[in-house]
Amino acid sequence: MLKIIARRVLVAIPTLVLVTLIVFGLQKILPGDPLLTMAGEERDPQVLAYLREKYRLDDPFHVQYVAWLGNVLTGDFGNSLRTGVPVSTLIAQKLPVTLQLAVMAIIMAMLIGIPAGIVSAVRKGTVTDYAANAVALSGMSIPNFWLGIILIMIVSVQWRLLPASGYVPLSEDPVQSLRTMLMPSFVLATGLAAYLMRHTRSAMLGVLTSDYIRTARAKGLMPKTVVLKHALRNALMPIVTLSTLLFGELLAGAVLTEQVFTIPGFGKLIVDAVFTRDYAVVQGVVLCTAVGFIFMNLVADVLYIFINPRLRHPQ
Amino acid sequence: MKLLLSTLLATTFIAGAASAQDFRIGLQEDPDVLDPHKSRTFVGRLVYQSLCEKLIDVDADLNFVPRAASEWSWNDDNTQLTFTIREDMVFHDGTKVDAAAVAANLERARTLPDSLRKSELASVTSVEAPDATTVVLTLAQPDATLLAQLSDRAGMLLSPASFETDIGTNPVCSGPYKFVSRVQNDRIILEKFADHPDADDYHFDRIIFQPIPDSTVRLANLRAGDLDMLERLNPSDAASVRDDAELQFETIAGLGYQGITINTSGEGDGDNPLGTDKRVRQALQLAIGRDIINDVVGNGLFEPAQQPFPPASPYNSDDYPLVTRDVEAAKALLAEAGHERVAFELSFGNNTTATAINELIQAMAAEAGFDISLQPTEFAAMQQEMQAGNYQAAQIGWSGRVDPDGNLHQFVTCEGALNDSNYCNEEVDRLLNEARQTPDTEARKPIYDQAQAILQDELPLIYVYHQPWPFVLSAKVEGFQAYPDGMLRLKGVSVTE
Amino acid sequence: MSASAEAIAPRRKLGRAATKLFSNRSAVFGGVLVSVFLLMAVLAPLLAPYDPFATSFTSIRKPPSAEFWLGTDELGRDIYTRMVYGARASLMAGVVSVAIAVLVGVPFGLLAGFYGGWVDAIISRVTEALLAIPFLILAIALAAFLGPSLTNAMIAIGLSATPIFVRLTRGQTLAVKTEDYVEGARAIGLPNVLIMIRYIFPNVLPPIVVQATITIATAIIAEASLSFLGLGQQPPNPSWGSMLNTAKNFMTQAPWMSVFPGGAIFLVVLGFNLLGDGLRDALDPRDN
Repeated sequence: MLKIIARRVLVAIPTLVLVTLIVFGLQKILPGDPLLTMAGEERDPQVLAYLREKYRLDDPFHVQYVAWLGNVLTGDFGNSLRTGVPVSTLIAQKLPVTLQLAVMAIIMAMLIGIPAGIVSAVRKGTVTDYAANAVALSGMSIPNFWLGIILIMIVSVQWRLLPASGYVPLSEDPVQSLRTMLMPSFVLATGLAAYLMRHTRSAMLGVLTSDYIRTARAKGLMPKTVVLKHALRNALMPIVTLSTLLFGELLAGAVLTEQVFTIPGFGKLIVDAVFTRDYAVVQGVVLCTAVGFIFMNLVADVLYIFINPRLRHPQ
Repeated sequence: MKLLLSTLLATTFIAGAASAQDFRIGLQEDPDVLDPHKSRTFVGRLVYQSLCEKLIDVDADLNFVPRAASEWSWNDDNTQLTFTIREDMVFHDGTKVDAAAVAANLERARTLPDSLRKSELASVTSVEAPDATTVVLTLAQPDATLLAQLSDRAGMLLSPASFETDIGTNPVCSGPYKFVSRVQNDRIILEKFADHPDADDYHFDRIIFQPIPDSTVRLANLRAGDLDMLERLNPSDAASVRDDAELQFETIAGLGYQGITINTSGEGDGDNPLGTDKRVRQALQLAIGRDIINDVVGNGLFEPAQQPFPPASPYNSDDYPLVTRDVEAAKALLAEAGHERVAFELSFGNNTTATAINELIQAMAAEAGFDISLQPTEFAAMQQEMQAGNYQAAQIGWSGRVDPDGNLHQFVTCEGALNDSNYCNEEVDRLLNEARQTPDTEARKPIYDQAQAILQDELPLIYVYHQPWPFVLSAKVEGFQAYPDGMLRLKGVSVTE
Repeated sequence: MSASAEAIAPRRKLGRAATKLFSNRSAVFGGVLVSVFLLMAVLAPLLAPYDPFATSFTSIRKPPSAEFWLGTDELGRDIYTRMVYGARASLMAGVVSVAIAVLVGVPFGLLAGFYGGWVDAIISRVTEALLAIPFLILAIALAAFLGPSLTNAMIAIGLSATPIFVRLTRGQTLAVKTEDYVEGARAIGLPNVLIMIRYIFPNVLPPIVVQATITIATAIIAEASLSFLGLGQQPPNPSWGSMLNTAKNFMTQAPWMSVFPGGAIFLVVLGFNLLGDGLRDALDPRDN
């Protein structure tokens, strides 16, 4: 089994190298001189020339790339062109914010999606099932940013129940922190909950019709016990793996959610950096996200192997 | 147990008290690097006003007033400027603000390779500190704009002891508030500096700046009590704020303007009727209803502009009143120039307010015979295209400067750094250079009037409205006054419970 | 010859699938939703009571009324009219970007799956690398690179969605290529290109159709998101996303400006999702 895991890791390496190339290349072909963008009204040609030299913006692509990659490998992502803050500091500051958002969203999604999936599988074909499916599909179809706007409009502006934006660290004020994150994580959770509900439902249906559940039923076990003890345990495993994979999706979904709710997390950092041409930040953050995503995939693979004993031995 | 309880009570109480003396300000953008000599953004200046003391400041009528310098004087031929430095000011690290420190700062601003203040201080040839309270600036030629520069970032003072540290992320100044921490795109926290000479007039323990780009969300936060004030309200929210008894609305016409810059180079993208024939530009001006833009998009905040100078400025001339919309006159001018209809491309930064303004300009100009195709462009790309001369006309603004020179010289002189119109007129160059060397307002104004006579006729730029600075404050805030430079001066401002 | 027998089979399957699709009530509902919006887009000039660009300074931000069914926007333009025209932008964005993704992704997927070896290795690594960068981030960066316009947004979304189709096609091809009829075709010496087009492609098509339908839904939301960030449809041309971008400044004063375009996006995306679900069930080989 270790062999399989080692192979997966090895395969991930060329992918990672490609990611660095894409991330770096993408930035270099973005139009708009980053220095001119930052300079805004104040574009002193002398200063621009000095900075261009300092950040080696006129070097050939491969020279810049190799220099950058070398620094990245030593953990140096460079400094934000705009504020001079090291990108690694920015990542350390923003990652907990987005993680909190993602974790709250995934918990919320599981709390909504999994029970809904179970109920609708057990009551397949009933009104409950149809209703749950309809709600799930709506959750998948609603544009996140629009839902966010509508919620701000109603909950924050009209009712003044929850803050419209911002972020309070958990360590500073836990209650306020949860209050600020409630709406954004709900928005982020909608699509996810729908997804989980549908997968739980089909996984449960698969298990419920399998032989050993039929046997369990035949033995006269109570339906509730069957559902919770046998069926759920077997259905849950693929769902857990799925959730690891969804984490990547979550990070992406956080982009617009953070934009709408002005949450100073990863997604907002990235969008702001793209718009201000803050190369170093875009590169560092996208790379970090991609590495995280690849890592999560790896975890999912490994988990899958654990759950599925047949995969443990390479053919 | 009792101890625990009392500790708990005490912490709760202290926590409550501390938050009561915080003052939270919603900003439209996140400031850039916090080094006054290197920073670029307007929003950064909002933070500096509380953080970094400067030599002099301006008052609401744009007169210069003492700050670190208690007085100043020019020599007879206006080539030497002498400052007297006050003796009771210290930097946040405890070192004294004296003439040597001031000279060191001016030297840094003049010589740092990536200093953006270099061009602002270009006329200065040497800075000397003959004694602890005197600083003498020697100039290559008279420079009427220098005092205005020194009333802003070029005159800001950092502790010389901190020069070797990373100032951009940890500035050490001498303002009424000192730097505590910053989380990019989230907040900048300043804390009261007790040793500031005017410390008694500053009533908050902490100032917290929070960048919230969306105006509506910023306003929602203010209404919810999560902010105490915000800057740059979106005009579309003006009506609802005016009707809200829990809010105060303070707006003032700023130093800057929004206008239409036209490529008059006559070659490449500038080779079209709009770029080559001033009558066509005059017709365009007649087709645009500045008052309509103010009503429809500005909600009364976009004070129509005919001149580059703010209404508060003594250089704003009565000779050039607002040109009002006259579709027939515009058509007549176009006919005189030999055109039935004129088509051109109009670029603008793609934000929603600019979009609305330009859609409106397009609709109004169509009635007079202009077929405008709108080119919404990302701001960065637009600037680059404009500098390269790859545009026909662009709707763009300028944040404005206290000195009139800053709003005009670099845009219309032949070699001006921001002359994207590619406009060149020797007489205008001569006049604006002369004005630059004439510090006396009375003598200076007629020179600008003469330059404007030419510019208002040839119209390389059509000014549309004065950039407003709309602030919204909670009704509990007392003592706030808006200034034309848009800065937040918190002296005497307090919150009543 | 088993190869020709299997080649006819898809047609028979298609008939069965169609019957199944039409008996699925929610799929039919989805189809109706999509058709309504498609008709709206095609017939826009007939359905719209006003000119989508005509501003009116006397009727700015008017709530819905008999005169303006869905109200007016910040420049006094009729929102219903702009929504009808906006349907064109949104649907076109969905269809065109998915077409790009399919046209680029499917051939690469076929190649990777059919040839295996280093062709597969290269294509798969690039696909994985692209998949590792969040969809929207990639689209935002590409849209910023290409410059803000509807066309460029479609290209950006299309390219960002391509890896999904490469991966799907590759997997399907792998499964199909060991089937008897492919082996048979190979045995009689047919050229590889012909085998891929005639024998493999028809058999990998059903899951691609399902995926394409669902991706149209995602692409429509992506276009709206990019327009919302100012990187999609440009003014004064309407799209639902750009209308929302403007509307968020008037949330409190003119909620109708955000409610209707958002609702339209929701409905059309729901339509495509329902249709995609229906197609998936109808084309599911396990049920046949």
